[in-house]
Formats: sequence, structure tokens, C-alpha cells
Amino acid sequence: MAFASKSPWVIHYDASSCNGCDIEVLATLCPGFDGERFGVINTGNPKHADIFLVTGSVNHQNIDVVKEIYDQMLEPKVVVACGICACTGGIFRDCYNVIGGVDKAIPVDVYAPGCAVRPEAIIDAIVEGVAVLDQKSKALKAQKKRGGE
Amino acid sequence: MISILIGTIAFAILAPVVGCLLSGFDRVVSARMQGRVGPPILQPYYDVRKLLEKEHASVNAAEGVYVTCALVFAVLAGGIFFGGGNLLMCVFVITLSSLMFIVAAYSTRSPYAEIGAHRETLQVMAYEPMVLLMAIAFFMATGSFDVNAVLGLDAPIITTAWLAFLGLLYILTIKLRKSPFDLSMSHHAHQEIVRGITTEMSGPTLAKVEIMHWYENVLFLGWIGMFFVWGSPISIALTLVVMVLVYLLEILIDNNFARVKWQLMLKSAWVVALLAGGVNIAVLAFL
Ligand code: SF4
Repeated sequence: MAFASKSPWVIHYDASSCNGCDIEVLATLCPGFDGERFGVINTGNPKHADIFLVTGSVNHQNIDVVKEIYDQMLEPKVVVACGICACTGGIFRDCYNVIGGVDKAIPVDVYAPGCAVRPEAIIDAIVEGVAVLDQKSKALKAQKKRGGE
Repeated sequence: MISILIGTIAFAILAPVVGCLLSGFDRVVSARMQGRVGPPILQPYYDVRKLLEKEHASVNAAEGVYVTCALVFAVLAGGIFFGGGNLLMCVFVITLSSLMFIVAAYSTRSPYAEIGAHRETLQVMAYEPMVLLMAIAFFMATGSFDVNAVLGLDAPIITTAWLAFLGLLYILTIKLRKSPFDLSMSHHAHQEIVRGITTEMSGPTLAKVEIMHWYENVLFLGWIGMFFVWGSPISIALTLVVMVLVYLLEILIDNNFARVKWQLMLKSAWVVALLAGGVNIAVLAFL
């Protein structure tokens, strides 16, 4: 059994969100929704995190930051795009400075649409992400057994 | 010597189990105090297993070695204590473990980890005087530094060293890194400059740190329990009850206070050490 699915620690990054989605991400961890039931902890440190929650679209200023956080996270890791801005660029997609959704910068595993994304949708997305985490964890184990890098 | 060896082996095997359950209990109770359901009681175990499964990466080779040393010294300190060995030795070895942990953070040269390491150093400075005075009070109350001396007593040392016990209770919050004294590393979500002392520790290294905390917590509760043991089998039950109550008190404090500044922590801990430890030792000297 993979334990990755039992303790998904998250890191939250606000790319260029209007803050609507950020408030919902934090609400997910509050008593009402209690993400800790599933072992979710908000770490704030990419080196400890398993799931990367990105809100808002990617632009020229933050694309490097998004990539850097992703690179600092250790395998197995999963990216969840929270809110329609993070999925596709949303209502800001036609802005001159917006590149688009988070998948323009890093590989995204789960898309959670909504404007703003509901805490229920975020929990759903995390639970979905956890399944991906498990698969990746198993693949990593198999790789280790083969002795590959 | 043999008893310490047996104590160390037993502690090495049993303490993580107890420590893990204690930590899970802590998280569930904390969640209930905040009106949440909280994680399963085995959550800390899942966390550690997950961390062990993660990719191994470290900023340098030394960090992992220092953390391993910290873990080994924590096991040794617990072994000395629960094997009935020298209390003073136990205190020194557990301090060595803390120092190794601090050096591990410094070795990464990350500014965030260094802030955590500075603060951890302050925590050590804050609690160390009281810990030493506690050991001296223990010696004066029992006539020996050996922990197993309590088994031959007619009355537990809490009767004569209750002031030192209160002092220990005060610095226990610092030692367990609970709010308001969680300066170097907070357990709570997002109130930290990145992650304090453990910023650069990841995956299996972080798992070792977690396990080390389990050992430490059991050892510190052992120190609390030591005040209530005397040469009677009833004392064991009493000790267990006291340990659970003290831990509940710590959780209550943790959930009700915001973090203080380091100045207040250092000053108050030293004043408490001087008053509680000093007065207690003076009184025992005249008895
Ligand atoms: S999806 Fe809506 S709420 Fe969320 S960041 Fe975009 S505009 Fe704001």
C-alpha cells in the first residue's frame, strides 16, 4: 500500500488570482470543511509538500516562480489547478499580460473549475489528486526497485 | 550497565509506538478543541511512512548525518533514563541531541532554516537552566542522581520537590515546542517563516525528525512521571494518570495561546528556573 494518499500535504501559491480562490483554499482547511480529516496539512514549504495548489493564471512575472516551486517539490508530487483562472486563464485569458492556465508552465494533474472554486470542489480535487499521488508513488517504488534514477 | 542496555533497547522499540499514538492523540484533541473532526489517530504514522516513501534529496551530505546523530542521541538519552541510569547524563545526552538538530539546520545555510536554528538555540538556552536545577533538586530529594533511586523511596519526590516540578512544567511547553513557545518550529498551519528549523529537511530526513520528536516527547513525559514514582506498585497507575493529565494541559495551552516573543520566553524561563529551582534546592538544603 502507498502511504502517499494518506497524508497529502499541500502548498498553496497565488499566481495572479483575484484572491477569490485563495480565500476558498484557506476556507477548505478551516473547521467547517476540515481538510485535516484526510490528513491535509497546509505546509507553506515546497520541500515538504505533496500537492501544489495553484490559484490564478500564469503571467510573465510569475511563470518562473511557479516553475521554481514545482521543481523544489520532491517526487511523487501532484499539481491541482484551483479555479477557472488556473485551469484556462478564465476571465483574464485575453489580457495582454496573461499567458494562460497553469498548464502553460508545469504539468497539471487535476483541474478544479469554478469562479471562485468551492471548498467542496477543492476537497474533491485533492482526493482525486491523492489517487494520482498513489500511482506516482507506486511508479517511483518500481523504479527504485529496478535501481534506476 | 545491563539495565541501561535493556532500557535502551526497550525504549528504542516501544517509545516510537507510544510517541506516535501520543502525537495522534494530540492532533485529534486539538482538532476537537477547534470544533473540527480531525485526522485519524494514526495520522502521524501515515505521515512518517509517506515521508519515507518520498524521493531522497538533501542540500548537502552532512545534514542527514547530523539528523541521524540527533535521533541516536535521543534514543540513548531515553535508554539511560528508562534504564534507571544517571539523570544528569540523560539531560546532557538529550541536549547533545538538540545541538545536533540545530547544527543540521545551520549546515544547510538556508536563511529560513538559520532563523529556525537561531530560535531553537534560544529555546535550548531558555529551558536548560531549569533542567539542570531539576536534576540537582532530584539529587537532593533522593540522595542520588540515579533514576532508579525513586523506586526505593517511601514517598514520591513530588512531596519535597513540587516547586521544581512546577518549574519543569513551565519549561515543558518550550521543550515540546508548543505554542506560546513554538518559536523554532510550529505544528500549526502557516504561521511560520517557511518552516522554521526544518525548512531544508525533506522526505526521509524529515521522517527521522518526526520520529525523534516521538522519542523526545516520551522521554519528557518520563521526567514528569519520575516525580510521582515511589516504592509501591500503585505509583505506576498514578504516574500514568499524571502524565496523561499533563499532556492534556499542554494541548490546552497550545491551543489557547499565541506565540510570544523570544525575549519574554527567555526571561520568564530563567525567572521560573531561579524561583522554582533555586528556592526548592535551598529549602532541600536546609531540610
Ligand atoms: S477563478 Fe474567479 S475567483 Fe478564482 S481567481 Fe479567477 S476570477 Fe478570481
